[in-house]
Amino acid sequence: MTEKRIPKTLVEDNKFCPGCGHGIINRVLAEVLEEMELVDMAIGSVAVGCACLMIDTFGTDWVQAAHGRAAAVACGIKRVRPENFVFTYQGDGDSLAIGFSETMYAAVRNENITAFIVNNGIFGMTGGQMAPTSLPGQRTTTSPAGKDPSLAGQPLNIINQMRQLPIAYLARGSVGSFKEIIKLKKYIKAAVTNQIEGKGYGLVEILSPCPTNWKMTMRGALDHMGDNVKNFFPTGEFIKEGVHTDA
Amino acid sequence: MTKKKKKRIVTQSNNRCKGCRFCEISCPAEAISVSSEVNAKGYNYMEIDHKKCTTCGVCYTVCPDYVFEIIEVA
Ligand SMILES: Cc1ncc(C[n+]2csc(CCOP(=O)(O)OP(=O)(O)O)c2C)c(N)n1
Ligand code: SF4
Ligand SMILES: [Mg+2]
Repeated sequence: MTEKRIPKTLVEDNKFCPGCGHGIINRVLAEVLEEMELVDMAIGSVAVGCACLMIDTFGTDWVQAAHGRAAAVACGIKRVRPENFVFTYQGDGDSLAIGFSETMYAAVRNENITAFIVNNGIFGMTGGQMAPTSLPGQRTTTSPAGKDPSLAGQPLNIINQMRQLPIAYLARGSVGSFKEIIKLKKYIKAAVTNQIEGKGYGLVEILSPCPTNWKMTMRGALDHMGDNVKNFFPTGEFIKEGVHTDA
Repeated sequence: MTKKKKKRIVTQSNNRCKGCRFCEISCPAEAISVSSEVNAKGYNYMEIDHKKCTTCGVCYTVCPDYVFEIIEVA
């Protein structure tokens, strides 16, 4: 077994809350970009939410788009700079509520970009409002009695929305346990590889805890992910190199 | 000729820790526990019992705050 060193791309300590999954995802993404020697070539597109805290601490180039528009901005960057590795990194509120159209249309056009969507089931940065991904019955500041699907809809499953599209890669991972983090790294690597090889759009959705706004301990948050979140959001690879899997 | 096996050790940057305890929950050797001391950020950081630790690296993988590294020493 080899050494495990913190990637140099993480130029400063992150600013996320205790137990936040964003920190783990940042580290895994930094590992992949370093192993594939893409750090200097990478341009990230963020919008709003806790994701944008990383533009100060994650040492690639960044553009901050308007709320929800990270995918549209990334498409533009990739079209004029096809030699760069261009990715989006967004929360579920940002990418799947106000930014749903931009997120979907980048995939509809099979743009050669890579999208990372962090699904923590909530608007984290703004203090815990209901997101399209919030679970039925989930208490948030805008659904204090629990999310009622007859009013707010069932949790939005972006994988199901994109499954029939002619895209290169589609997967859902999780940072809910050691084993899942190891798998997540493989998914991220595969999505990045598809862009580098010019195969087209790749998306990795990542289930992630927000203990602060879930008002849970770390153990409670991890149990909630295993017992509840994964029932609505099964993990796995759904499209690989443009080929639909049985997952 | 047999190569001398390098020793692996876990190092910690305790001032990065925010005390979430994901490492304590995940450590297969149950070698990690929370300290009564607080770090510069004001969080109770995590302590490794190096007698129990097998240097498997699970703590490196689950930690959201880049506290642990696994390094080889001659
Ligand atoms: C135009 C505009 N409207 C509203 C906001 C407020 N706002 C900031 S972050 C956010 C949503 C964050 O949720 P998510 O994308 O899920 O990210 P998280 O913090 O959960 O990772 C909103 C609505 C904003 N920044 N700009
Ligand atoms: S509010 Fe939630 S998503 Fe944002 S940094 Fe804190 S734990 Fe992470
Ligand atoms: Mg969110």
